[in-house]
Amino acid sequence: MIAPIELSIISVVAFVIPVLFVVVIGNDPRRLIRMSFSVSALASLFSVVAGAMAVAGHNVEQLVLPLGLPTLPFHLRLDQLSGFFIFVVGLLSFFVSVYSVGYVSGLGAGKPVKRLIVFYNIFIAAMFMVCLADDALCFLVAWEVMAAASYFLVMFEDGRSENRRAAYLYMVMAHVGAVLILLSFGVMAGVTTGFEDFSCYTFDAMRAAKFPLKWATVAFLLSFFGFAAKAGVIPFHVWLPEAHPVAPSNVSALMSGVMLKTAIYGIVRITFDIIKVFPWWWGTMVLVLGLVSAVMGVLYALMQHDLKKLLAYHSVENIGIILIGIGLSMIFTSFHLPVMAALALIAGLYHTMNHAMFKGLLFMGAGAVLHATHERNMDEMGGLIHLMPWTSAFFLVGCISISALPPFNGFVSEWLTFQAFLLSPSLPVPLMKLLIPMGAALLALTGALAAACFVKVFGVIFLGNWRGHSQHVVTEAGWSMRAGMSLASLACLCLGVLPAIVINWMDAISESLLKARLVTTSGVYGWMWLTPVDPERASYSGPLVLIGIVAVCAVTYLLLHVKPGNISRVPVWDCGFKKLTPKMQYNAVSFSMPFRRIFGFLFDIKEQIRLVPQHQHPAFPENSQYYLRVRDRFWGWLYKPVIDRVVLLSRKTGMLQHGRIHVYLIYSFVTIIVLLALL
Amino acid sequence: MKALTLIFIEILQAIVVIALAPAFAGWVDVLKCWTQGRTSAGVMQPYRNIAKLFVKDVVIADNASWIFRFTPYLVFGSAVVVGSVVPIISMNLFLAPSADIIVVIAIFATARFFMALAGMDIGTAFGGMGASREMMVASLTEPAILMAIFTVSLAGRSTSLLHIARAFASGALVLRPSIVFAGIAFVLVVIAETGRIPVDNPSTHLELTMIHEAMILEYSGRHLALIEWGAMIRFFLFVTLGIACFLPWGIAVTDNAGDIATSVFLMVIKLGIAGAVLVLIETGLAKMRLFRLTEFLGAAFLMATLGVIAFFILE
Repeated sequence: MIAPIELSIISVVAFVIPVLFVVVIGNDPRRLIRMSFSVSALASLFSVVAGAMAVAGHNVEQLVLPLGLPTLPFHLRLDQLSGFFIFVVGLLSFFVSVYSVGYVSGLGAGKPVKRLIVFYNIFIAAMFMVCLADDALCFLVAWEVMAAASYFLVMFEDGRSENRRAAYLYMVMAHVGAVLILLSFGVMAGVTTGFEDFSCYTFDAMRAAKFPLKWATVAFLLSFFGFAAKAGVIPFHVWLPEAHPVAPSNVSALMSGVMLKTAIYGIVRITFDIIKVFPWWWGTMVLVLGLVSAVMGVLYALMQHDLKKLLAYHSVENIGIILIGIGLSMIFTSFHLPVMAALALIAGLYHTMNHAMFKGLLFMGAGAVLHATHERNMDEMGGLIHLMPWTSAFFLVGCISISALPPFNGFVSEWLTFQAFLLSPSLPVPLMKLLIPMGAALLALTGALAAACFVKVFGVIFLGNWRGHSQHVVTEAGWSMRAGMSLASLACLCLGVLPAIVINWMDAISESLLKARLVTTSGVYGWMWLTPVDPERASYSGPLVLIGIVAVCAVTYLLLHVKPGNISRVPVWDCGFKKLTPKMQYNAVSFSMPFRRIFGFLFDIKEQIRLVPQHQHPAFPENSQYYLRVRDRFWGWLYKPVIDRVVLLSRKTGMLQHGRIHVYLIYSFVTIIVLLALL
Repeated sequence: MKALTLIFIEILQAIVVIALAPAFAGWVDVLKCWTQGRTSAGVMQPYRNIAKLFVKDVVIADNASWIFRFTPYLVFGSAVVVGSVVPIISMNLFLAPSADIIVVIAIFATARFFMALAGMDIGTAFGGMGASREMMVASLTEPAILMAIFTVSLAGRSTSLLHIARAFASGALVLRPSIVFAGIAFVLVVIAETGRIPVDNPSTHLELTMIHEAMILEYSGRHLALIEWGAMIRFFLFVTLGIACFLPWGIAVTDNAGDIATSVFLMVIKLGIAGAVLVLIETGLAKMRLFRLTEFLGAAFLMATLGVIAFFILE
C-alpha cells in the first residue's frame, strides 16, 4: 500500500513526462498533444487519489526532500487541508487535461503548442507543490514557479500588445503579492527566533511558536493582502479580467478554477494552522472584503459582454463568497465557538471545490464556444443551442450551478454559508449581531445578481437567433472537449445532490484545524440529508428535491401525452409588420440596462447615442450609433495615481543616466567618498 | 400504519395545493372585480381557463429549443414539490425536512431562471425584455426576502418551516414587533414575487409595463396551461408560506382526521382574508414605473431590517 504523500510526489514527478515528450516527439504535434495531455490527466488522477486518501486517512505525513539550499532542505507535508486542496486541484486538472486533448489540437497551426504543453504541466505540478510545501522556502519557490508558468501561459499569444499588457499586469500583481507573502514568512520566522537567523523557516517551527499579537497582526495582514492579490479580492482584482480572457481557455479554467484557490489555501493555512489565535476583527476584515468582492464582482460581471471577461469577474465574486465563509469561521473561532467555526469553514471550503468545478466547466464551455465562433463578444453570438447541443447543455449546468440554484452544487455551499450567517446571534458582540445579517442580505443579492447574469450569458449566447455579422460555420465541440465538460457537469451534479457524503469526508479538515465536527447526518438514510449543526435547525435533502421535481415533471409529461399531442411549428408572430430581424433581440448590453440604471453609481459609465442625419433632412435620422463604455472605478481611484507616481519617479531617476562614462565614474567616486565619510 | 398515514397526508396536501390554487386565484380575481365595480366571472373561471388551454393545440416558434418546451413542466413540477413541503394542512409532513425555507425560495428561483431563459429562447424583444426585468426585480426582492426569513428564523431558532410554524403555534399569542416588521416586509415581497400591482400587472399585455406576461407571451396550449397553473400554485404557496411563518395557528399537529379537517377549514378562511388584503393593496395602488421599484423593494428591505434590529433590541 503506497502512502498518499508518496503518491502525490509521483504525481508531481509524472508531470515532467509530458515536458520530455516535447523534446522527443515534438515534431509530430497531433501525437504530442494526445500523449502529453493523457499523461497529465493520469498524473492528476494520482493526486486526486492521494488527496482523497489524505483527507480520509486522519493522519499527517511529513517528508524532507534532499533538495533546496544547503542546510535549508525542502519539507513536505500532507495533512487534511493540503489533501483537500490537492484533491480539488487534481480533479479539475484531470477534467481540463481530458478537455485539452481536443482543445489544443483545434487551436490551429502556427500557435506555440509546445510552449503551452511545457508550461501547462509545470503550472499544475507547481500548484501541487504549493499545497504540499511545509516550509517557507519550498512554498515560495513553488509559488513563484506557479506564477511564472502561468505568466507564460497568459502570454500564449504574445503577438498582440493587449495580451502582453495583460500578462505584464498579472506579473506585477503576482509579485507584489509574493513580496508581501515573503515578508510575512520573514516576520513569522523572525519572531520565532527573535530575528536571529532563518532556521525556523519550516511551518512546523512556526506552528510551535507563540506570536505576540502585534507581530501576529503584521504577519497576518502581510500574508492576507499578499494572497488577496493572487486571489483577486477587490481592490486587487484588476489583473483578473485582463489576464483570463487572453489565456487559452483550458488555462483560464485552471487559473480561475484552482490557481486562485491556492491563495485561499494560503490564507487558511496561515490563519488557522500557523497563527491559530487571533482577535475577532481579523475575521471581520476578511468578511467585509469578501462581501465587497462578492457584490462588486457580480455587478462588474453583469456589465460585461466579453464572455471570458465576464467569467473572470465572476471569479472575483466567488472568491468573495469563499472569503465570507472563511471570515465567518475566523470570527466564530476568535469567540471560541468551534462548531459554528467548523460550519463556516466547511461552507467556504465546499464553495472552493464547487467553484473549481463550475468555473472550470464554464471556462471549458467558453473555450468550446470561442473555438467554434471565433468571437469573444457575446453580442455577436446567439442561437448556438441548435448548433452545439452538447456544449450548451453542459454550459447550462455550469450556469445553474454558479447561480446558486438547487439541485446543483453552488446552492449547497451558499446554503451552508447562510446557515453560518444565521448562527451569528450567538456572538457576544452586539454590533456584530446587527451587522452580520446585512452580510447575509448582501450574499442573497449576490446570488440573485449572478442568476440574472447567467440568464444573460446563456440567453444571449445559446438562445434566440444568431446576432453576429460573420457567417462562420459553427460546429459542435469534439469528443474530448465534450468528455471534459461532461465530467465536470457530473461533478457539479454529484456535489449538489449528495453533499452529505462529501461533507462527512471533509469534516476531517475542520476536525484537524478547529477540533470540531459537524453533525452532518442523522438517521438510517444519513447520506440523503444534509443537517449541519442540528436536524432541528435546518436540513436539506438534495436527492429528494431532485427526485421530487423530476418525478412530478415526468408524471405531468406522461399524463399530457396519453393522447399524442399536436405541436405545430410556425414562424414567430411578428404582429403583422415587417419581418423580425435578429437585431431586434435583446442582447447583453440591453439585458443589463436595468442593472446599469440601478447600480450605475458604482461604475464609471459613459453612454452616448449619436444620430446620423439623413442627407435630405436633418429631422429624420437615417441611423443611430450607440456607444457605451463601462469602466472599473478602482482603476482610476487606486491604480492610476500609483502608476503615474511610479512613472514620474522613474523618469526623475532616469535623469541620472546620461550614457556617458565619465558621469558614471563621478557617481562611483562620490558614492565611495560618501560611504567612507559615513562609515 | 404510521407511515401510510404520513404518505396519505403528504398526498392529500399535494392534491389540496394543486386543486385549490386556481380557486384562490379565482377568489382574488372576484374580489378585484367587486372592488373595481365590475361583475366577476366567478371563482371557477381559472379552472375553465386551464381546461380550455389543455384541449388546445400547441403552437411554438420554429427556433424554439428544448428549454422552451421543458420550462412549463419545470415551473409546474417545482411548484408542486414546494407544495408538499410547506406546512399547509398538517405539521406532520415527512417530506418537509427535505427543504427548509431557504431551499423553498431557491427552488422558486430555479423555476424563474428557466422561465427567463424560455423568454429569451425565441429571440423576440418582448421575451428578452421580460427576462431582463424579471431578473432585475428578483435581484432586489431576494435580499428583502432573506432578511424577513432571517427575522423569522431568529425567533423560531430554525430555518425549517415545520419548526418555525411549531414554534409560533405553540407560543403565546403576543404581538412581537420583530415579527410584525418581518410580516410587512414579507407581504411586500410576495407582491413583487408573484407579480401583482404595483410591481407587475397580471392582467396586462401592454408592452411597456408587463414583466411576467412578456416572458410567456409565446406560449400556447398545454404549455401555457402548465405555466399559468404553476403561477397560481406559486401565488397560493407564497401566501400559505406567509401563513405558516406568521399565522400558523390552527394547522393540524396530530394526524387525526378531525384536526386535519379543521385545519383545512381554517386555511380556507385565512386564505380568504389574505386574498382580501392583497386585493385591497392592489386596488389601492397604481402600477409603479419600473425604476421606482427600487423604492418599493427598498422599503421591504428596510422593514425586514427593522425586524432584525427589533429582535435584537427588544427580545
